Amino acid sequence: MSTFLTGWLSAEAPVLIVVLPLVMAAFCAVMPKDKIAWIITLITTLICAVLAFDIVLQVQSAGVLSYALGGWDPPFGIEYRIDGLNAPVVLLISAIGVICTLYALRSTDAEIEPKKRAPFYAAFLVAFAGLLGMVVTGDAFNVFVFLEVSSISTYVLVAMGASRDRRALNSAYNYLILGSIGATFFVIGVGFLYMETGTLNMMDMADQLAVTADGSRVAQLAFAFIVVGLGLKLAMFPLHLWLPGAYAYAPTAITAFLAATATKAALYLLLRFVFTVFDPSLAFIGATLTWLLAVLGVVGMFVASFQAIFQTDARRVLAYSSVAQIGYILLGVGMGTTLGVSAGYVHLINHGIIKGALFLALGAFWYRYGIKRVSDFNGLGKLMPWTMSAFTIAALALIGIPGTAGFVSKFQLLTAAADNGWWWAVGAVVVTSILAVIYMGRMLEAAWLQPAPLVNGKPVASREAPWPMMVGLWVLAIASLVFGIMPAWPLELASGAAQVMLGGGL
Amino acid sequence: MFSEFITHFNYIVVIILMMTGLYVVFSASNMIKKLVGLSVFQTSVFLLYITMGKVTGGVPPIIEGLHGGDYGPENGAGHGAEAAGQAAEILYSNPLPHVLILTAIVVGVATLAVGLALVVRIREVYGTIEEVEIDRLNYAFNMDGVDEAASGETP
Amino acid sequence: MNSHIILRVVGKFLIPLIIIFGLYVHFHGDFGPGGGFQAGVIVAAGVILYALLFGLKACKQAVPPSWIRIGMTVGVLFYVGTGLVTWMLGGKFLDFDVLHPATDHPLGQHIGIIFVELGVLFTVATVMVAIFYAFGSRQPQIMDDEKDF
Repeated sequence: MSTFLTGWLSAEAPVLIVVLPLVMAAFCAVMPKDKIAWIITLITTLICAVLAFDIVLQVQSAGVLSYALGGWDPPFGIEYRIDGLNAPVVLLISAIGVICTLYALRSTDAEIEPKKRAPFYAAFLVAFAGLLGMVVTGDAFNVFVFLEVSSISTYVLVAMGASRDRRALNSAYNYLILGSIGATFFVIGVGFLYMETGTLNMMDMADQLAVTADGSRVAQLAFAFIVVGLGLKLAMFPLHLWLPGAYAYAPTAITAFLAATATKAALYLLLRFVFTVFDPSLAFIGATLTWLLAVLGVVGMFVASFQAIFQTDARRVLAYSSVAQIGYILLGVGMGTTLGVSAGYVHLINHGIIKGALFLALGAFWYRYGIKRVSDFNGLGKLMPWTMSAFTIAALALIGIPGTAGFVSKFQLLTAAADNGWWWAVGAVVVTSILAVIYMGRMLEAAWLQPAPLVNGKPVASREAPWPMMVGLWVLAIASLVFGIMPAWPLELASGAAQVMLGGGL
Repeated sequence: MFSEFITHFNYIVVIILMMTGLYVVFSASNMIKKLVGLSVFQTSVFLLYITMGKVTGGVPPIIEGLHGGDYGPENGAGHGAEAAGQAAEILYSNPLPHVLILTAIVVGVATLAVGLALVVRIREVYGTIEEVEIDRLNYAFNMDGVDEAASGETP
Repeated sequence: MNSHIILRVVGKFLIPLIIIFGLYVHFHGDFGPGGGFQAGVIVAAGVILYALLFGLKACKQAVPPSWIRIGMTVGVLFYVGTGLVTWMLGGKFLDFDVLHPATDHPLGQHIGIIFVELGVLFTVATVMVAIFYAFGSRQPQIMDDEKDF
């Protein structure tokens, strides 16, 4: 079965998935009642998730979906191109979109002023559309446009956390400065690529670059700019300074959405440019992979894990952990082998799911008890047993306990490193996993083993998270278990992606 | 040397603007000045793109004389061929980078607007737009360990 | 009041011209340089000039903020509506060729681009005014004893 939608819907799915949220965002912005805006958002993200699932199935049977926008055939017009590399990311983004929308119903009540809720959903849909757009498009400049569409709306969303904590404004501002510099670096790189190749279509670029076999200096310059620009966007280790603040002070639903999707979409773009637009067998790209991405990945794993251990705010712990996890992905990618790249890719998907679940649970703790600090976790296991259980599953997956999704991707990574002869990388992964045990273990220990605090001498009443929060949280927690016990599907997707990146034929 | 300078003049200006902008972004503590630096940085990219659209001896890419009068379908026969013939003879500049940069300008304006709006809000909440001051306030806030929920109000 | 009289009288003459010039730039975009972006900014400049000369309050009476919000949406709908029509006529998204059956001249492209740019005109003009309103209607917060940085 290649598709389950009608012919027209499945044929137009690549463009519909981007256009629909954009249009609905415009509707949301003028809605007088925030609940209507929420319903519109939920329906839109649901439709997008169905379309994304259909796209994945189509790609698995057909290989490549190409959509010529406006009937202008590539390479002249803008092409939306979906293959094994980006289809799983599309599915990840739209599924997380649905879950976060469901979650936002209750969390916005507590976090966003009533007047700002409809614009909040509008900005959320724009960010959602922008992320999907930058993943599905096959046109390098179009990537920049969608990158900025998603980024600008993200700055707004992060700043909306200001009604809870004024530092959200400062974080949003820092994110804006660094994000804009990153996007501008990226667009400079695209400009140099355009100078070199005379085209903006990524596939055509790859063909043109293959002609100048050794890679001219303009192409090398373009590569450098693109890697730095995307590095800023994906929070590669020394360029990650915007991330902890943005994650810690954004509204909870947005933190989960960003952690699970935004950096992942930028990572996908890095893979797309390094492996399919440029030829990874070129000397300067091989050197970049080994000496830049892999090395920075490992350094990031250590430094960010240590920083995570010393944080007091729970969301900052997870934010630094995100930087460390991005290090794992970059390490896998930096190996440049099929095994390594597919390990990095499967970790990209798994980490999106795991981190989404963790941040959703943290949001639920805050929603019920106003808990932000790790030191306040005492007794949460008894107060919110179901929420804490989901959090625990995701935390174990983050550490990499066998039977969880995190174990699958870390095991893949270890296999790839051993296969590549990088024993130092094997050691690094093991040691940083132990560091993960320390920083996640702190929370788990407090939640399960410490008694709940007494208020006025009486125990605090147990209050579970409301069901819209619980549904999304458990879907992600169960997904991180299922992908750990039956990893066939994500591994198949990852090997499909690795084939696109390294299989030679584009 | 001099001719090299002349032929690469635009690129030199691009580099100067780019470095100026980046330097201002990194060195300024005032948030408005940072945004100014960011705008200068982005402007250098506009110039870079427009420079690459220039073809030596090229004319503006407007096909003349096609739409002088009525251009209904009955009069339009052969327009395509005519245009193609003209295009082969006349050297046009490349319009594509201009179109791209039009989009990038809009993006830049949007970024600037959001940035300024953020600065206005920061000014209202913190009472300053100096990053050093704001860091100091945030640090003091962290150290005091005041109830963080109360921080949303304007001081 | 009196010190603004020349500006205001000249402004009253100029603002309609500015808006007409905006429309000229918009429709000229079909043949040469021009189009919705530039036209939108010019139209917005007309509105902003009005606000500068007659005050924000008068301007908000002439162009209410609620119109601005609706205008943004209408612009997006014009753009996407063009895409919807091309879908309904059996083409791809924004494939303007299906808008008109002429084969010897790409008339469909003319029609399509005018409608798309109309959407851009609406959105750009209203967004520009919205940004102006958003900043303009803030209460001034600068204190007299503010240090000069």
